[in-house]
This record gives sequence, structure tokens and C-alpha cells, in this order.
Amino acid sequence: MTAPVEVEPTITPDEITLTAKPWVTIVWNDPVNLMSYVTYVFQKYFGYSKKKAEKLMIEVHEDGKSVVSHGTREEMERDVQAMHEYGLWATMDRQE
Amino acid sequence: MSGFHRHRRSKLIIANFSGFEADLLRSLAGQLVELLRNEAAVPRDDVDPFEALMDFSGPTQEPEDPVLARLFPTAYPDDEEAASEFRRFTEGGLRDGKAAAAVAIIDGLEEAGLPQELTEDGLMIDVELDQPTAETWMRSFTDLRLALATRLGVEEGDEGYWHSLPDDDPRAQAHDIYEWVGYLQETLVGALSQ
Repeated sequence: MTAPVEVEPTITPDEITLTAKPWVTIVWNDPVNLMSYVTYVFQKYFGYSKKKAEKLMIEVHEDGKSVVSHGTREEMERDVQAMHEYGLWATMDRQE
Repeated sequence: MSGFHRHRRSKLIIANFSGFEADLLRSLAGQLVELLRNEAAVPRDDVDPFEALMDFSGPTQEPEDPVLARLFPTAYPDDEEAASEFRRFTEGGLRDGKAAAAVAIIDGLEEAGLPQELTEDGLMIDVELDQPTAETWMRSFTDLRLALATRLGVEEGDEGYWHSLPDDDPRAQAHDIYEWVGYLQETLVGALSQ
């Protein structure tokens, strides 16, 4: 069952978005994981297209890290745990 | 040894290993299982002694062994309390999952005919994996590579250094094995993506 959500009229849409997805999962570069494997994991776990998965993988490789997902704290804990299952070096943080 | 590929008709992921290669892979997987099951959870010293005794749900501090520290990274780098909580609720399950994946490799090789003690020369082991089992092997190859790389101190772009070591240097030999598992994983990712 569901019901319409009453939104406080004083909150701006930006604030609502920030409250809804205030956390991020970050994957860090490491010298071990294969580029093909990291791309595979992003496609498989997050359901991202090959193009998006490759873009994130290149960001990790070249910038040293990439934000791979946004969500609630609980959702990001699940994502970080899943990345650790896959052997990727992941941490979580509040959205900047 | 040509790595993994997908069989056209059966759709299974297949590879052939020499007895020596299969035995080596089993030994690496066995060592990982030992490591995952050995280092006991670090007791907490930040709480009431009785509470600490009653709290056996999971470790709260980063493992001392560098391989384990890499396999179970700190999820909240800037929040020690949240990091401890996260570790307490996740590390046990992650350890079990990684150990089970390494055991799946050992079982798969033995079911394919690898004897407990390798004595026969010229033995070939044909492995056939369905999609979920192949993904389990792929994940465990990552753990094996992370373990070897952490022990060796592998860094970004240091291939030249490793290849410059004399062939009889044990570190060079260990690095060859690391690269071999990398090759296996690369072909396995390729076969799974087909």
C-alpha cells in the first residue's frame, strides 16, 4: 500500500534530492585489478551499460577514484559490501 | 594452457590445465582459505570487559595481516566508529564468502580429476564451469591476485622491475604465478562476457 507523500512546502527541490541520496560509494584505483574485470563488475552488479561501466573504470584508473553509486546510507553500505565481495577497494562518504 | 573460453555448443566455460597447473591453483586457493580462517577476530578493548566478552558478532578493527586488510578495506576512512560497526556486521560474511569461493576452485579441480597427491606425469585436467560457478572462480582469482600482489608489494607500472629479476629469484617466480593467475582471470572475464 502506498499514499501520497506530503512535502514540506518550505523545502526546495534541491534539499529534497540531497536528503534522499546523501551518500556515495567510491571505488579507488589499485595496481592489481584488471580493467576488464572492473568493467564487468560495474555492469553485473549495478546493471550499468558497457559504455557507462567503462567510463567509470577509466575514471578509477586515471583519476585514482570514481563515485560509482549514490543513495541512502543503507544502500551505500550494501554497495560497498558488494564491492568488497568482488575484491574492489571501495569506501563510502557523504555526498559533497 | 590457453586460458578459459566458452564452449560453442554447451555454452559452458572450459579450460584445460596440466596436472602441475591445477595442483598450483589448488595450493594457492588452499592457502587463501587457511589465511581467511586463521587470523582470529581482534577483541575489542574500547568497551566494558563484560560487554567485550559477550560481543563475538564480528571484528571491529582492521586486520593486522596486510592481505586481509586489503581484502576487507575500511569502509568509512574518516569515521572510526562507523567503520567498526560496518566491519562488525560485514567482515564475517565476507570472509565466509571468499573462503567458500576458494573452496569451489579446489572442489572443481578435484571433481575434474585432480588427485589429492599429484604423482602422474602428463595428467590433464579439463574443467567445465556453468555461469555462476565461473563467476565464483573469477571473484576468487581476484582474491588470489590481491593476496599475491600484497605479499610481493606490486605497484602500478612496475612490470619492468619484475621482469629484470633473475629467473631463479623466488620473487620473480612468485610474480610469474601472479601474472599467470591474471592471465587466467582475463580469459575468464572474456569468456563470461561472450
